[in-house]
Amino acid sequence: MATAAAHQAYGAAEDTADAGAYERAFDAAVAADERIEPRDWMPDAYRATLVRQMAQHAHSEIIGMQPEANWITRAPSLRRKAILMAKVQDEAGHGLYLYSAAETLGTSRDELLDKLHSGRQKYSSIFNYPTLTWADVGAIGWLVDGAAITNQVPLCRCSYGPYARAMVRICKEESFHQRQGYELLLALGRGTPEQRAMAQDAVNRWWWPSLMMFGPPDDESAHSAQSMTWKIKRHSNDELRQRFVDICVPQAESLGLTLPDPDLRWNEERGHYDFGPIDWTEFKEVLKGNGPCNEQRLTQRRRAHEEGAWVRESAAAYAAKHTSRTGEASRSGETGATRA
Amino acid sequence: MTNTDWPLWEVFVRSRRGLSHTHAGSLHAPDAEFALRNARDLYTRRGEGVSIWVVPSSAITASSPDEKDPFFEPAADKPYRHPTFYEIPEGVKHL
Repeated sequence: MATAAAHQAYGAAEDTADAGAYERAFDAAVAADERIEPRDWMPDAYRATLVRQMAQHAHSEIIGMQPEANWITRAPSLRRKAILMAKVQDEAGHGLYLYSAAETLGTSRDELLDKLHSGRQKYSSIFNYPTLTWADVGAIGWLVDGAAITNQVPLCRCSYGPYARAMVRICKEESFHQRQGYELLLALGRGTPEQRAMAQDAVNRWWWPSLMMFGPPDDESAHSAQSMTWKIKRHSNDELRQRFVDICVPQAESLGLTLPDPDLRWNEERGHYDFGPIDWTEFKEVLKGNGPCNEQRLTQRRRAHEEGAWVRESAAAYAAKHTSRTGEASRSGETGATRA
Repeated sequence: MTNTDWPLWEVFVRSRRGLSHTHAGSLHAPDAEFALRNARDLYTRRGEGVSIWVVPSSAITASSPDEKDPFFEPAADKPYRHPTFYEIPEGVKHL
């Protein structure tokens, strides 16, 4: 019935062409847990928030290819190499799903990439840490992808339809990413003392940055409250972080590895694991551009884009020539208006 | 900024024989041939499809700029088009 009410509200908005009525219709649709679709009226701030979040998400996927691709040529077996290539290819795919979804809001692929390359849009600060050993590939899969999944599963119910649909696809694929990482660490954990130490070292370095992936504490999170009202976000940063810690502790035990936090212990009263304070100074520094790899990641990204320019230009030239010969149907770059 | 000339394509995937093609998403490609290959790499990496259609987004005509409007209203006031509209005595079978 809530759904019918939302539809009626939209109908009324059209009749009166009153801005306030449009806003009430939008609010009613969100309240009724309906999805907002590209051609619906939406508040400018809602659109801007989504573009910012989806762009950052898409950028994270393609920048995230770098730290792992770093190990493709040095994977210890053909099996591991094939797995890693498939995973890195998935990350590219996730970036593309998200760029497409962001474009339904009226921005363009070129504009998004341009903003990434010029530093005007961000990507997740986790990818500014280096992958020093092979075990880092495992730690990234288990912890970084694990944290990402914890963040992303609720996004499958995000109020913006195209974003939610992209997330459903992404979450299905992320599950393999996390499991391959866990299996990799398990293999190292059962190996020589050196291999075991390498696995422990990687977990030690990735644990805290993974906890930071959930963003600042709730009382300091700039966008959280509004995003929750709009149902872009369904759970608070601290809530998701706690969920992640609770999931990881027993998983670490099964691996035979420890998590680098002396304050980590089960709290019977809360029914959750307590954990130590997070170093938010480090988080802010990395965010500001002072992480170990910020410069390297952006430089490599820009270079890949520039060095690929001739491929894009040749393909466009070939298509133009072919089109003028065959008089093929319209190939205008028009977007948006017809997006379903 | 060299992507500008690559139009947007909508991708439809038939997940298995016997089912219709369903909208999977969209992508940029310079021409139909590339759009098909990119669609295969992007939307069927795990055997999600046995057939793909790609359509230039600009070739799609949509019902209206708004998703809910009087266009669909004629269907709303005809409940007698649904089988549940009719009252049938209990015990009558195969109806």
